[in-house]
Amino acid sequence: MADAVFLGLAVITIGSAIAALEVRSLIYGSIALMGTLGGIAGFFLLLDSPFVAMFQIAVYIGSIAVLILFTVMLVRRQLIFIKIEDKRRRYAGIGLMLSLMMGLGAIILSSGIKTVTTDEPPVDFRAIGADFLTYYWPALILMGFILAASVIGALTLARREDLTNDQHNA
Amino acid sequence: MTNTMLDFVIVSIALLAIGIYGISVKRNAIRMLFAVEMIVNAANLNLVAFGRFLPNSQGQTFALFSIAIAAAEVAVGLALIIVAYRMYKNVDIAEFRSLKG
Repeated sequence: MADAVFLGLAVITIGSAIAALEVRSLIYGSIALMGTLGGIAGFFLLLDSPFVAMFQIAVYIGSIAVLILFTVMLVRRQLIFIKIEDKRRRYAGIGLMLSLMMGLGAIILSSGIKTVTTDEPPVDFRAIGADFLTYYWPALILMGFILAASVIGALTLARREDLTNDQHNA
Repeated sequence: MTNTMLDFVIVSIALLAIGIYGISVKRNAIRMLFAVEMIVNAANLNLVAFGRFLPNSQGQTFALFSIAIAAAEVAVGLALIIVAYRMYKNVDIAEFRSLKG
């Protein structure tokens, strides 16, 4: 059975996920998204994986959420507060969400997962480091290349060519 | 451990459903990015939960890879949104009609 810490984390995570999508202002929405990401980090701590939790806080809350916040601030003010959506589409979306929850929930409840619990000691994070450097080292190097390529690609995409031309003319 | 695996999987399902709702209903590009992040986080939670209860270390390893790739994806996605905003002066995806440069 779930304990109080788990229930609190679940309420924070799910509640701020709904708030992130439904709050009027995009700035408050991105702050609510930080709440969701932090709640997931709490779940990782409950699952005895402090290394992944630290990584989650550093990467998601530290960089991704801040990046999103800065992008929101670059957008015009009217667009931050505007909500563009169809009423009919919205009801269909809520129906889709509920049916997905119920369908997947029914599948999970009818499977044997309900009784799964563990008394085994948690995995030591040294095992993760050993995994990274022995069996998965090609994937680790590939991931580094992908990250570098995506950052360079993002910089190239967002570059303004017209500004440099103006400076040359002036 | 007092929590069973079922609890974590249920939270993950709820987060996935909310993310799919966001992707299918919202037309604001930034909010769609929020929804994608929620789905990625639901997947990560599942990976770590299964890795804890099996137990082995591969769940956490794969979750770390997934977090790093999600960071790359957000960087590129936000750059695309900024370029589209500069071209159309809007973040409504229904307005992004042409793919001309």
